Amino acid sequence: MGKHKLILLMLVSVVTNVAWADTQLNLTKGVTAVSRDVYDLHMLVLYICTVIGILVFGIMFWSIIFHRKSKGAKPADFHESTKVEILWTAIPIVLLIAMAIPATKTLIAMEDNENSDVTIQITGSQWKWHYKYFDQDIEYYSVLSTPREQYQNQQQTSVVKDENYLLEVDKPLVIPTNKKVRFLITSDDVIHSWWVPAFAIKQDANPGFINEAWTRVDEPGTYRGQCAELCGKDHGFMPIVVEVKSPEDYDIWLTEQQQRIAQAANAEQASLSSSMSKEELMQLGETTYTAYCSACHQITGLGLPPAFPALKGSAIATGTIKDHIDIVINGKAGTGMQAYGKQLTLKEIAAVVTYERNAWGNNTGDLVQSADVKAVSGEQ
Amino acid sequence: MTTDTLNNTSTADIEVAVNQGDNSGNHDHKMTGIKRWLYTTNHKDIGTLYLWFAFIMLLTGGALAMVIRAELFQPGLQLVEPDFFNQLTTVHGLVMVFGAIMPAFTGFANWMLPMMLGAPDMALPRMNNWSFWILPFAFAILLGSFFMESGAPNFGWTFYAPLSTTYSNGSTAFFGFAVHIMGISSIMGAINIVVTIMNMRAPGMTYMKMPLFVWTFFITAYLLIVVMPVLAGVVTMILTDTYFGTSFFDAAGGGDPVMFQHIFWFFGHPEVYIMILPAFGIISTTIPAFSRKKLFGYSSMVYATSSIALLSFLVWAHHMFTTGMPLFGELFFMYCTMLIAVPTGVKIFNWVATMWRGSLSFETPMLFSIAFVILFTIGGFSGLMLAMTPVDFQYHDTYFVVAHFHYVLVTGSLFSLYAGAYFWLPKWTGHMYNDTLSKWHFWCSLISVNLLFFPMHFLGLAGMPRRIPDYALQFADFNKWVSIGGFAFGLSQLIFLAVVIKCIRGGEKALAKPWDGAVGLEWTVASPAPYHTFSAPPSQQDIDKQHEN
Repeated sequence: MGKHKLILLMLVSVVTNVAWADTQLNLTKGVTAVSRDVYDLHMLVLYICTVIGILVFGIMFWSIIFHRKSKGAKPADFHESTKVEILWTAIPIVLLIAMAIPATKTLIAMEDNENSDVTIQITGSQWKWHYKYFDQDIEYYSVLSTPREQYQNQQQTSVVKDENYLLEVDKPLVIPTNKKVRFLITSDDVIHSWWVPAFAIKQDANPGFINEAWTRVDEPGTYRGQCAELCGKDHGFMPIVVEVKSPEDYDIWLTEQQQRIAQAANAEQASLSSSMSKEELMQLGETTYTAYCSACHQITGLGLPPAFPALKGSAIATGTIKDHIDIVINGKAGTGMQAYGKQLTLKEIAAVVTYERNAWGNNTGDLVQSADVKAVSGEQ
Repeated sequence: MTTDTLNNTSTADIEVAVNQGDNSGNHDHKMTGIKRWLYTTNHKDIGTLYLWFAFIMLLTGGALAMVIRAELFQPGLQLVEPDFFNQLTTVHGLVMVFGAIMPAFTGFANWMLPMMLGAPDMALPRMNNWSFWILPFAFAILLGSFFMESGAPNFGWTFYAPLSTTYSNGSTAFFGFAVHIMGISSIMGAINIVVTIMNMRAPGMTYMKMPLFVWTFFITAYLLIVVMPVLAGVVTMILTDTYFGTSFFDAAGGGDPVMFQHIFWFFGHPEVYIMILPAFGIISTTIPAFSRKKLFGYSSMVYATSSIALLSFLVWAHHMFTTGMPLFGELFFMYCTMLIAVPTGVKIFNWVATMWRGSLSFETPMLFSIAFVILFTIGGFSGLMLAMTPVDFQYHDTYFVVAHFHYVLVTGSLFSLYAGAYFWLPKWTGHMYNDTLSKWHFWCSLISVNLLFFPMHFLGLAGMPRRIPDYALQFADFNKWVSIGGFAFGLSQLIFLAVVIKCIRGGEKALAKPWDGAVGLEWTVASPAPYHTFSAPPSQQDIDKQHEN
């Protein structure tokens, strides 16, 4: 009895768990025609399996209850029947065909990437997504925006986690409703996988190859997903956020982006002729370092050798300035060190190089300005 | 050594054995202490070594899993860093697949095949010794890498390139050599099984008179011989890509990272059946025994097992639906995968038909067998769901997949191993196991394993990716329960350890045939099985009697 009570207690506490009400149990229906077809297919197979399960397990439990030795059951001596064997081979085949037909239809629809209205190239890299709008000259990186304090709990910090903890980014992908949006998916380093459950899209990002996927979303809204292929240390920290806007709002957003790009270009130009103080450089450098470099080289500058070398006392961070700027701009082939030339502004690169050359006891005293960075990048 | 072994099969021995098929224990000639185990060529000793090794690895892999579950108990990073988390999941997978499940089945093969075939030993006893004794070294390398500067492999047990090559943490060499040694061990074990079954069957035991247990190991061994060299090939390519500048899987050098997955899964999918077909063999032995009724559809079982083995070579790319395969490829692999449900269904229907109108009793091996049939079928259902390409895009690389393969491998393979272990423990040790403790083991395992793996279905459907060290808040409730189930399941396995140790040390004396419904030549020898059995083959009547029962 004691054991049964315990089990009952556990079941009751599972059922009545306070936060249970908003726990999702089933696959999402999503917001596209394809995702709804996928959901229907999922339910179809689930129901067929449930019915088969009830039948088979029902027969088995009938046996368990009524054909017990302790009840005096005598074993029958039948042990084969070609008729029955043919029957239970044929019935599953019929059921499988019934499932394969809608599956084939949905799959053919999913793989029809033609006649798209908008094309966006998605590039995964460790551990962020890059979005590039074709014919718009708009491109940007999208990185996790959940603050580090929220997930680094080792130090017993009790920072409250946001509602969208680990599912929020600085700059989401923006697409219009009711337009066929085609995604060209690839990677800069290892294999990633771009997954948004509400669109029923999961497509691997393979380095050196381009995969296609498409969607046509009905309702404006914010839809979240995550990288779905193990891509190294921070695989769990590269979410995807897609904002779907009405075509009018989308056009407004496009215009805003164009303006921002123009402003950024002006600021870049302006930074070339100005020089920053050490305090300014170190401050911006630390912010930039924390956001872009510390995942691998760590806040302490000690890195995670051998994959991610230390910067404290390293040959590059204490060697010639030119080599240091060069590796930040161009990365190092065959390692996890990415090219940051496209990801950071001249000012940020100048600041982060200054920071790395003066933090953690790397007291080189060097100050690097935007113009120095431009000089190195201009050489290529 | 050589003369010793030869002398063992002296005419005196044979004369003794003619009547009963077993020897008296006086002619053992085994060494004492550690040398007995290091030098042994006896199939029973080697079987025991394999089984203990597998159990130690099960506890090791389980300990790694419990650290994983402790980290995932609540959102946030509390115990381990993400990189170490990846090392844990990688080594957990490798240890469980290559260290626990596969060697455990090889242990069963060693102990049982000669006795079921009426053979005195495995056909290649010295190779048998070697194939076991290289295994501890393989796992010493793998587990030792935890203590190296680079850390253990962190790219998943599937070691997808280029994460395992260009972007590896430096552990690729340890990983590669460890897997090579495991592969060599498996190939030798498989060759031994095939040669034994083909050449050492007692006269009069035709193929279709072999127990189904033997059939499943026979087919599995062929699968191993075909696919383990493929694994060795892909591991070698990974090693040369990492250390010798080749570009098999690097697009920049004309290679293709997706080709890695094709080669890996051409090994990987048959590998899945390598871990489940022997389970079918064990269950096809225990269910008839405790139903006191002959296995329903013996020949259809043989054909179904062969069909599953053949189909296993045509479905590998269902692990890769999201890699960007052409539509035709996706359709082909979807249809072939769905087709596997047919022979698998036949097996399940046959087991249920065996139980139907039998005379059932529920000793611990039967409890594990019934749990196997139900829970493995649940794993089969989710497998069918995963086969549907459009829906697989949603399930792929989520906890739904984790739930699926743990239902198949834990409540499938592992539960069948427990069913088999309880079934043959009396034969191995000469004692009956402690019934009460064994029932505790069963019920604790059954409840905790479902608390552990069932909610993973919901987590996956709700969108939780696998292999992440931290998760969004909506997954918190289920993860807590899953972790509790994980700790409970892990600890429950210590009950089994207690049962086995008690059973070896003593307990009620076991009869030569402790189960009234059991058939098979192994029950015609004494319990515990003498060191040498069937030095002379069993009689035709004995063989036919086992088959006709």
